Formats: sequence, structure tokens, C-alpha cells
Amino acid sequence: MQNNLLQIATLIFLLPLFGSVAAGFFGKMLGKRGTNWVTILPVAISFLLSAYLVKVIVLDNHPAVEGVVYNWMTTGVFKFDVALLIDRLSAVMIFIVTFVSLMVHIYTVGYMAEDPSYTRFFSYVSLFTFAMLILVLANNYALMFFGWEGVGLVSYLLIGFWFKRESAVFGSLKAFLVNRIGDIGFVVAMSAILMYFNSLNYADVFAQAHTVATQKMKIFSDYDVSAMSVICIFLFIGAMGKSAQVPLHVWLPESMEGPTPISALIHAATMVTAGIYMVARMSPLFEYSPITLSLVLVIGATTCLFMGLLACFHHDIKRVIAYSTLSQLGYMAVALGASAYDAAIFHLVTHAFFKALLFLGAGSVIIALHHEQDMRKMGGLAKRMPITYLTFMIGALAVSAIPPFAGFYSKDAIIEAVHLSTTPGAHFAYFCVLAGAFITPLYSFRAVFLTFHGKSHVDPHVKVQESSWVILLPLIGLAVPSIIAGGMLVGPMLFAKNNLLGSSIFVLPDHNVLLEMAKTFQGAKLMALDAGDTLAFWLALSGIFVAWFFNLRKPELAEKLKIRFAFLYNIMVQKYGFDDFNQLVIVNGTRRLGDFLYKTSDLKFIDGIFVNGSGKLIQWFARISRKIQTGYIYDYAFSMILGVAVLLIWFLH
Amino acid sequence: MLHFSLLSILIWLPVIGAILALMTGGDEHANRARWIASIVAIANLLLCIPLYLGFDSGSYAMQFQENHLWIRAYDIHYALGVDGISLAMIILTNFTGLLVILAGCNAIKFRIAQYMAAFLVMQGMMIGVFAATDAILFYVFWEGMLIPMYLSIGMWGSSNRSYASIKFFLYTFLGSILMLVALLYLYNQTGVFEIQKFYGLNLSLHIQKLIFFAFFFAFAVKVPMWPVHTWLPDAHTEAPSGGSVVLAALMLKLGIYGFLRFSMPIVPDACANLAWFMIILSLIAIVYIGLVAIVQTDMKKLIAYSSIAHMGFATLGCFMVYYIMKYGDTYKDAYMSLEGAVVQMISHAFGSGAMFLGVGMLADRYYNHSRMIKDYGGIANKMPVFAAFFMLFAMSNVGLPGTAGFVGEYMVILSAFEGQAWVSLIAALTLILAASYSLWMYKRVFFGPVANEHVEVMEDINWVEKTNYILLAIGVILLGIYPAPILNVLHVTVDHLLKQSLPAAMTGL
Repeated sequence: MQNNLLQIATLIFLLPLFGSVAAGFFGKMLGKRGTNWVTILPVAISFLLSAYLVKVIVLDNHPAVEGVVYNWMTTGVFKFDVALLIDRLSAVMIFIVTFVSLMVHIYTVGYMAEDPSYTRFFSYVSLFTFAMLILVLANNYALMFFGWEGVGLVSYLLIGFWFKRESAVFGSLKAFLVNRIGDIGFVVAMSAILMYFNSLNYADVFAQAHTVATQKMKIFSDYDVSAMSVICIFLFIGAMGKSAQVPLHVWLPESMEGPTPISALIHAATMVTAGIYMVARMSPLFEYSPITLSLVLVIGATTCLFMGLLACFHHDIKRVIAYSTLSQLGYMAVALGASAYDAAIFHLVTHAFFKALLFLGAGSVIIALHHEQDMRKMGGLAKRMPITYLTFMIGALAVSAIPPFAGFYSKDAIIEAVHLSTTPGAHFAYFCVLAGAFITPLYSFRAVFLTFHGKSHVDPHVKVQESSWVILLPLIGLAVPSIIAGGMLVGPMLFAKNNLLGSSIFVLPDHNVLLEMAKTFQGAKLMALDAGDTLAFWLALSGIFVAWFFNLRKPELAEKLKIRFAFLYNIMVQKYGFDDFNQLVIVNGTRRLGDFLYKTSDLKFIDGIFVNGSGKLIQWFARISRKIQTGYIYDYAFSMILGVAVLLIWFLH
Repeated sequence: MLHFSLLSILIWLPVIGAILALMTGGDEHANRARWIASIVAIANLLLCIPLYLGFDSGSYAMQFQENHLWIRAYDIHYALGVDGISLAMIILTNFTGLLVILAGCNAIKFRIAQYMAAFLVMQGMMIGVFAATDAILFYVFWEGMLIPMYLSIGMWGSSNRSYASIKFFLYTFLGSILMLVALLYLYNQTGVFEIQKFYGLNLSLHIQKLIFFAFFFAFAVKVPMWPVHTWLPDAHTEAPSGGSVVLAALMLKLGIYGFLRFSMPIVPDACANLAWFMIILSLIAIVYIGLVAIVQTDMKKLIAYSSIAHMGFATLGCFMVYYIMKYGDTYKDAYMSLEGAVVQMISHAFGSGAMFLGVGMLADRYYNHSRMIKDYGGIANKMPVFAAFFMLFAMSNVGLPGTAGFVGEYMVILSAFEGQAWVSLIAALTLILAASYSLWMYKRVFFGPVANEHVEVMEDINWVEKTNYILLAIGVILLGIYPAPILNVLHVTVDHLLKQSLPAAMTGL
């Protein structure tokens, strides 16, 4: 059984790789239909196998399985293996990844139908699936980093998929570089882990966590800090890059330059949640570093509120959803900071469904309008695209945490967990997540109203019609779990005695807010019925109301406010100035520094003075000595006499 | 008998091939020269198979030894032998040699026989450097390879070639003269020129430091380390692309090889004492040179600077062992650092060699052979296959896991933390610097709309170029996803080297 499960897991990640290679190298030969088969079928099989693993590991309570696929390298006392860990957490993750990936693969058949680089796109998406599966299946940091960088690479390739567009290419480079800042954190954290734990395997590391927790590390000559905090802070820097937490969030809005299916798969459902997954996976380390937990909490809360605000001011439908993703990632980070790791993963799961749904819904609209993304040029589409409208509405209700949709359960759990949390910063975080509860429906329903309701601003030449079934099928496939997944999972995932993630997550007893909450939990149905008792619910409803009021009822009022508060409005439009700061200070600064080092230090100083200088010195010396050698006998005779005279004086003296 | 003179065959077969190629005469018989060179290069690479199979990776002793008295008066021997490191380097040399010959067949249009001859001689000399176990023989090969390189830059180079070739020659030659002085001093102490006998001499620290610096100039120029690096960008830009490949893939490694073969085991106390100096220079290479690479406008210069930055990891890995030993429990902790340096030496050859070849392919297709980034743009529209290959090699340069470029750097950064956490953090800056210069260049050259009418007419790579790139791509990926076989060859040698290179006080730990 042990070995069988390992083989199944290996197959799960190899199948998409096969699809990617086949589509990548033989795409031209296979044609579009052939490409569909060689990519979609493997992912479908992977999904079924993942479902089987979930059944065995989660439902049948099979203990976690670990095993080596092959030895990557051995050096000194350190062994680096390509080895897998199939436990409850990774089983849940591969299930989500393969499911969303399958939906996106099918959707792509419709969305990219007319793109000349059809097969290349499929190859990338399958490659992404492979890397993402490696990331979550790894049993050690090195292999996780392989997946981590792999998804980063494919994200880079896919954002810049339409490489003739300057904005797409710029966005892809930006995404890669910002992610790499985070990766520095990850690599340094790995170095520290290797030093303190002498291993990069999760199991070895977690087993020693409580002993390393007391160790100190010297930073300056006599300034000590907790080694565990150093490790966790650097790990979290890595997570901030991938999961786009402030201030490393700047790449995510730009990533919307990529085709919409990958916005759904990579930049909403899977890759951006890798950071959240990583922190949850490392819970045995983070638990011993309260400082880092506070940091996670505060950064997550900041991202949650301030990025949500930005979503209210954008007109590009994809960017609105992108900022919404940032805000929701903030929620997940907040949950991590409050030690409610299960709640973070729970929100990750529900978010994967409804956010992928929103993106694919937006994509359906974009395709129907011939690649129009500006919401000011939409409106009144509800009647013409009923299924897209309905599913998009479900997504919006879910993200707005309206019961009984999926988002309600996960978000409510996070808000409650923060409320109970004693981690420093929890008050600030509680304020932010509550404010977020108001803002989320505000921007989501603004998008719904502008796109599907009101007067049509669609270009009259465009004949709008509902998308084809390959696009609608994934929408429905994602809408169903967006409705039911929350109610189904809230009990088993958060509050059951033997909960869904079980021993994959480690929480210190005095941090265990979920246990506290379990005492009052009386089932999903009652939780939904009692929603009226919570502040968050009323905030959400008022968010929808405000969105309706300003966008449909009295749009002119919004314009007036815009002028009245022009200063604040400008800050929002400038996105708090992060982009300008990065461009002016960091990018230009780096270039100037590079220029200075090159032109002044390298060319003028080293080359100019030393290298060419010594060359010139020799030439100068040669020129002088050439003059002495005139070739006339009397000159030489004279210098001989001079020499003899000097010698004579020297010896006689 | 073949078994015993395998190394000699490897060294002299290319030289004989060079003479044969020269005998074909002028360019009217160019194809004959091409065939001779290709066959010799392939034969040499095939000869590496018995070398690899016959090598016992369980022993640190020199293998395939040959020893003949050469100059009786000074007890100079023609002595050859390989250990794990030199074995890996010899295979790499032959692999690269074949690529360069193939690329030359395709790209070089005049004085083909001479070009082939120059590169064959260079290949032979370099194998000699890696195989020599006698100091004077080593020195002869070391200087011997300068001449064909000097000629190739001066003859087939671009516009500013004479400045670059003289700069290259003087720089490297001046450095190696000091090495000769050090070798002569060591001969005085021991009475032999056998390199092995120079180890463990118990010299005083003062003398060791003098020897260290004599070696330092020879090897640091080759690596090259800041601040004696300025010859490299000039040499690279002016050299024909084959020359650039040899420079980047092999010649730079000779510097590291020198540190490993001479500096560290001969003067371990001085190395331990001056490790801080080497580490600072290495970090300067990684950060400062990385920044300089970002602002380059010439593709070849950019890759040249990136090579210097990558070599910073090799030197860092070598000398970080002394810091790790201060804190580590056993010498095994330092092991990963040194092995990482050796891996970096090997892996860098694939990515940077491929990129230099690529720039050559682009320049060959451009009407005035421009290497300027601004002259290109949108290449991916016109040369999709080439663009895909180049992306892979650029990613190796970035150090992406799963490519060759990742392994060595990762090992060095990981192990450095134990010695000094700050070093690890600063070295990790390469993650962002390497990505910046590699991908920013890629973006400007390959992405975007077709930039001008000269790019419009460019054609995708032909089958010779494709063959070259497939070979390199296999190397890049294989080394990235399965480095274990190469490391297995190195383990025992590195282990032994490490023991020899640590001062007595440290190994006692």
C-alpha cells in the first residue's frame, strides 16, 4: 500500500509533465485536437488519482506516506532527494490543483481557440500543473523550491505569453523579479535551516523544532536573536513574494496581462496560494516564533484592507478581480498569523473555487466582447449571457461571504479566529478584516452591476452572445463547489475532533483559537442561520447596498465624491505610489549604481588608470629611453666617460 | 598499452589534427579542414568514454598515470594523471571542443583551416593543463594555450581586436610569471617539480603568504576576480564566438582549478589566513559585477560580466571552507561548499557557453554583425526555436532549479550560512541580479514586435546549430535534475583535497 500510494503520487505529477512535453515538442504534428487529448486527458487522470488519494489518506485515515523517487545529490553529510510526502495537507492541495487545472484546461479549448500559439499555451499550462504538484508533494525544502521556482518560471512565461505586447513583457519581467526578492528569503531560510537542523527534510526539521526554538543566533558581534525567528522571517519573505503580500504585491495586478485562463489557475487558485501553503506546512516552526506570527498577521491585515480598497477604483475587470485576490490572500495570511492554519487552508480551498470562477466568468465576458476588459464599456449583459451572469453572481456572493455560499464559512471563521487571537497585532488585524468584510462585496458587486446590469455601453458593432459549452462547463463545474464546499467542509475542516488536515498542522495549545471556536460551533446550518448575529454579515450586506447605490442608483453621486475627495482618489489611482517608488528608487537606482560602477569604477579607474595607465607608463619610459639611444658614437663615448667618472668617485670616496 | 597512454592521446591527437588541418592549405579546401577537425573532435570525445569507465571513483589517487623523464638536469618529468576534478574538466573540455569546432564549421567563412587548427591546439593544451602532474609541464601547457587564443582573437575577432588580444595576453602572461617564480621557489625547497610533493611542506606563514600572492595573481587573472577582471569583457566581445565559448566554458575554470590544485593544498595556512580577502573579492564579483552586467548594452559584454559574477561563486565556495571550519563540527560540513565550487565550474560552462554561441548566431545573421541589444527586438517572432533554446540557457544563467546553473550556486549559498550568515545573504542577492541582467536582456532582444527590417529577414537556426543546442540543452537539464553522477565522481577527490587544504589545526577538530 505504502509503495502503491507513492507510485500513484509520482504518476500524478508526471502525467501533466508528459502532456506538456508532448504539446510542446509535437504540438505542430498533433494539431489542436491532438493537443487537447495529450494535455487534458493526463490532467483528468491526475485529478482522478488525486481524488483517490484524498479518499485513502483523508477519508480512510491512512497514515501519511513518505518515499524517495530518486537521489538528486549527496554531498558530505547532506542528502538531497526527490522525495514525496503524501499526507492530509498535500492530498487536499493536489486535489484542488488538479481540479482547477482540469477546469482551466477545458476552458482553454474555447478561450484560446483562435490563438496561433494554441499548443504552446497548453504546453505551459500543463507544465505549470506539474511544477505546482511538485511544490505541494515535496517532502523537503529543496524539492519544494524546485516546484516554487518552476511555477514562477511558467507564470513568467504565461504573463508574457503575448510577447509582442510591451505591457505583457514588462509585466512578466516584473513578476519574475519581484518573486525573486522573495526567493532570496526562501534560499536564506533554507541555509539557516540546514545549519540548525542539519537536514532539509520536513520530518527531521519538525522533529527538532522545539529544541532549536531555544537557540540564539549572533547577528552582530554581541547581538543575539532567536534562530527560529530568523528562519521564519526569511521563510515568510519567500511566502510574501509568491503570495503577493504588501510590499511585494506589485507584480500581481501586472500579471493580468496574461491570458485569462492562467489568471484563474495561476494568479488566483494555485500559485499565489503557494506562500500560504508553505507557511501552513511550516506551522511547527512558525508556532515557535511569536514575532513572526505577529508580522504575518499585520502584513496580512494590511494587504487585506488596503488592496481591497484599490479594487474599488479600477475599471479593468481583471484588475478588479486581481486586487480582490490580493485582499483575499491577505485574509489567508491573517489566519496564519492568528495560528488558525486550518482556516487559512480552508479559505484557500474555497477561494480557489470562487476566484477561479470569477476569473473564468470575466474571461467569458471578455471573449464575448472581443477582448474588451474595461467595465465602462460593458453593462446590461445579464440577459444576453445568462449562464455567465448566474455563475459570476455565485462567485461574487461567495467572495462577499454571504451565507450559505462557500466564502461565508471560511471568511467568517477567519474573522472569528482573529477576534479570539492573542497574538500581538490582533486588534489591528480584526479591524482590517472587518473593514474588508464591507469592502469585498463593495467591489465585487460593483463589478457585477457595471458588467451585467444597467445600461449597455457595449460597442454596438459587437454581437454579444453566450459563450460555447467548453467555456460554460468549467464555469458550472466551479460554481457548484463555490456554493456547497463551505458548508460541507467547515465542520470537518475546522472543528471536528479529528479534523481534515489532522497532524499536518501543528498548533501550540495556547494559540489554538480554533479549539476555542469549536466549543460554540453547532453545525454548518446553524452557522448560516445565525449569520445575522455577526457584524461581518451586516457589513457585507451594506457593502452590496453601497455598490448598488453608487453604481446603479446614483452614479453621478460617485462622480461628485470623486471631485470632492480628489486627493484621496488620486492616492488610490496611483495605487499608493508603490509602482512609482519602485520604478524611481529601486529600478532607476540600481541602473544608476550599475552605470556608476561600470563607467567610473571599471572603465575610468581600473582600466583607465591601472591597466592602460601602466601601458602608457611603459610607453613613456620607452620613449624617454629611446631618446638616449641616438646611435652616435660620441654620445655613447660621452656616457661611458660619465659612467667611469661616477664609478671612480664612488670607489675613491 | 592504449590504456596507459590515454591521456597523451587525448592531448596530442588534437595537435596532430591541427597540423593535418593546416596541411589542407587555403580556403579552397575548407571542407577538408572542417572534416578533419570534426572527426578529431568527435574521436577525442569518444576517447573520454574509456577514460570515464576506467576511472575508479573510489580512489583519490592520480589515475591513468604516465611518467617519463623529460629534462634530466632539473628532474622535470612529462608526468600525467587525473583525479575526479581533472577527469570532469577533461570531459568538459572535449565536449566544449566539439561544440566549438561544429559552431566554427558553420560560422567561420575565411582561413578555416587555421581557425580549426588554433582551436584544436587550444583543446590539446587545455587537456594538458588538467592532466599535468608536473609543475613545469603544467606551466608549459598553461602558457601554450595562450598563443592560439591570442591568435584567434587577433585574427577572427571584431573591430577592436588588437587592443583586446594584447590586453588579454599581457594580463594573463604577467600573472603567470609570478606563478613560475613561486614554482621555482618550491622546487628549491623540494628538489622536484612533482606537484604532489609540494603539498604539506610546513612552510612558515610569511613564506606561505608570499607564495599565496604569487599564485593569486596568476589564478585571479584567469578566473577573473575583481579588480583584475577588465581584460575579460574586452576579450569576449572581440573574440569570435568559438573563442568566447572556450574562454567562458574552460579558460576561466583554469583559475579555479589552479586555486584547487596549487594554492589551497600547498599553502593552506595562508589560505586560511587570507580567506577573508578572497571572500570579499568573491562577494564583490557577485554583487558589483552583477550590477555592472545589468547596464551593459553589448550582449557579449553582458554575458562576459555575468560569467565573472558566476565565477565569484566558485571562488567563494573554495575559500568559504575556512570559515565554515571555524564553526562546523567536522570537516564534512565544509564539504558541500568546496564541492559546490567544483560543480559551479562545470555547470557554468553549459549555460554561458550556449549563450555566447547564441549571440554569435544572432550576429552572424545581422547585416553588420552587431552585438548591440538595441539593434534587436522581437527575435522570438522570427526565430521561435532559437528563442526557446535561448530561454532555457538564460534560465540556467539565472540559476533556476532544474538547470545546471542552479546546483553549484545553491550548494555554495547553503553552506556559506554556517560560516558567516551575512555572506550567504549577500551571495543570495545573485538571485535577483542574475535574473535582472539575463531576463532584461532577453526581453529586449527576443520579445516585443519585430524591431527593424534587419530582424525581419532573420532565419531560424539550421541543423548544425540545432545539434549544438540540443547537446547543450541536454547537458543543462541533466546536470540540473540529476547532478548525482557527476558528484559521485568528485566525492573522494574533493574529500581528499579538503583534508589537504585545511591547516593542521582545523582538521584536528
